[in-house]
Amino acid sequence: MSDLLNAFAIAGKAFFGFQAIFFALLAIGINIHFGYTGLLNFGQIAFAMLGGFGIAISVSQWGLPFWVGVVVGVAAAVALALLLGLPTLRLRADYLAIVTIATSEGLRLVFRSVSATPVTGGTRGLAAFNGDFMDLAPWDTQHRYRILGTTWSGGELWVALIGWVLVILFSLLTWQLMRSPWGRVVKAIREDEDAVRALGKNVYAYKMQSLVLGGVIGAFGGMVYAVSTGSAIPDQYQSANTFLAYAALILGGAARVLGPVLGSMILLFLLQFADTGLRALISNGVIPEGLLSSTDVAQIRFVLVGLGLMLLLVFRPQGIFGDRREVMLDAR
Amino acid sequence: MALATVVPGVAGAAGEKLVGTLQTSRSGPIAGVGITVETADGDEVDSVETDENGRFSVDLPGPGQYTISLDADALPDTVKLGSGGDTRTVTVDPGRSQPVNFGLSDGSANSGGGTIRAVQLFVDGLRFGLLIAVCAIGLSLIFGTTGLVNFAHGELVSIGAIIAWYINVRAGVPLIPATIIAMVVGAAVGALNERGIWRPLRRRGTGLVAALVVSIGLSLLLRYLIQIVYGGFSNPYGDYQSQRAVSYGAFSLTNRSLFSIIISVIVLVLVAVMLQRTRIGKAMRAVSDNRDLAASSGIDVNRVILVVWMMGGALATLGGVLLGLSDQVQWDMGFRLLLLMFAGVTLGGLGTAYGALVGSVIVGVFVQMSTLVIPDDMKYVGGLLLLIVILIIRPQGILGSRARIG
Repeated sequence: MSDLLNAFAIAGKAFFGFQAIFFALLAIGINIHFGYTGLLNFGQIAFAMLGGFGIAISVSQWGLPFWVGVVVGVAAAVALALLLGLPTLRLRADYLAIVTIATSEGLRLVFRSVSATPVTGGTRGLAAFNGDFMDLAPWDTQHRYRILGTTWSGGELWVALIGWVLVILFSLLTWQLMRSPWGRVVKAIREDEDAVRALGKNVYAYKMQSLVLGGVIGAFGGMVYAVSTGSAIPDQYQSANTFLAYAALILGGAARVLGPVLGSMILLFLLQFADTGLRALISNGVIPEGLLSSTDVAQIRFVLVGLGLMLLLVFRPQGIFGDRREVMLDAR
Repeated sequence: MALATVVPGVAGAAGEKLVGTLQTSRSGPIAGVGITVETADGDEVDSVETDENGRFSVDLPGPGQYTISLDADALPDTVKLGSGGDTRTVTVDPGRSQPVNFGLSDGSANSGGGTIRAVQLFVDGLRFGLLIAVCAIGLSLIFGTTGLVNFAHGELVSIGAIIAWYINVRAGVPLIPATIIAMVVGAAVGALNERGIWRPLRRRGTGLVAALVVSIGLSLLLRYLIQIVYGGFSNPYGDYQSQRAVSYGAFSLTNRSLFSIIISVIVLVLVAVMLQRTRIGKAMRAVSDNRDLAASSGIDVNRVILVVWMMGGALATLGGVLLGLSDQVQWDMGFRLLLLMFAGVTLGGLGTAYGALVGSVIVGVFVQMSTLVIPDDMKYVGGLLLLIVILIIRPQGILGSRARIG
């Protein structure tokens, strides 16, 4: 029983922790792409990688200030969105899907390659670039604080605070944008592109703006992740993370302002709870070691996400808070 | 724990090890060479000899720095040590099985053997491209007949290769019958996919985007189930491993690579003949072309789709075994190949069987030849770049028709 309570407390920390922020920001971006505009961007993790490495490379390789690193990360994300959108936004949805996932894997392979080591640190990545940010914290980042049965370091709290401020700001931005004329055009593109074109709107330009905006939000997610872990390693940015973010978005409800945020929190809570709970059950001998060893638990969570994603799409594509009429399910 | 979430590729292996293989392309694996491992303080940990596959493995007492040396006198006369000499110093991280590479050379790179690098790469690329084509035909036909972009197709490749590995290595069946058994199982897995998931979803009227995301969920589910069952390691098949490259003038090939090319060509020709001449093949093309028209002219569309899935599963298995022969069998081998399959299929024209063939061969050759210009570990990037470039120039692909891109 105490194991269960412990698992609950650890999962509760995941509910508010930096990973929930990371996935929430990725999913807010994907929500603008997929939920509102109907773009299938499967390369969101590439934007996050550029955000994280934008800071890491600027600070630890070029010796620039932290804030310049943030600007570099955002600029890189904008450039990537333009490069991605240029060839694919005129094509059908599944082409964009293939190209974006190919790009995100390709970029990761470039970043981790031996020849990129002088810039990106190769497979080992970069570290020690978040000092400036941590120094801004109004409290001691080394001290450990106990909150409701969980332990947080001062640094974790500081990152979580700024991260949630970012999540709130971007959610407000999404809310306001989707009430504006711009949002109405974008949603109309999701419903019927040809009708919007017939009204004289430049569909291509709107799609591009949406891709850039969502990508930049994703880049901020990557920054939160890099600053929080204090390191940027190319293999942290695997494309499985994009699909975790999709799972979070669909769980919460696509085309809803708070869908991606609540979805990420719930998903991370469930995953962490399953993780800690399974480990406890294995170490107690409730689940025999032969059936499932504790090293397999990290894989189990992806199995669960995969299964959950399939079941959600089939039985409840609108997620917890969504509206079925607003979820784009047909390819064009 | 945080890392475990986002680095799915890292599997926890208990105990630190040093592992490596002594071999060169001409001499094959080198057996019976003494390997000595010492700690940084000079205490001997262990000394072993390489086995008949040229492999060695030394268990270490813990993480840290080790010096590993090999007995150069025991090497064959034709094999020379690389520039690093006969000792290596490595740092082993906790729980890691650290590979050690002595960089042996047999003079094949610059001797009078006559291999021209570009030709060699072209032939390697041809082998790789044909292998991609064998895997990708199912992907393309499934797209053509059902409209589904199947992100779980890579897992068909992995499952096939791994079933063949279990039959071959664990059950001791020779590789060729093992592959045939695995292809039958692969066809059954394909049929199970169609009957268990996709046909019911089509009946429910699930949209194509929803189906695409379902296939991503299926891909994640299967991929990590495979990792749990099979483990995060790469293993070779039991047969045809210790082969020397045979020289053919401008290039050299191991016999297994040669047969990989021959088998792929035979299978692809058979598929083409089937599509052109047989009833079911014509029906497949008819359903790809216009599903409603095919149905109204009396073709049982669901049966055709089922056959396409079974064929796709069997071919993906064969491709997986060929890939496992040239590289090794790994839990995510199919997923890494998937993007190149997409590149090939898109390049040739989504939904056309012959397009998948042409596109895949081009992608394979391009990926291998690109190592003339870019480093080896970035060669897949070349294939993905080709995909993006072709989408700008000719989005419908080489053999696709304009109507398909919508």
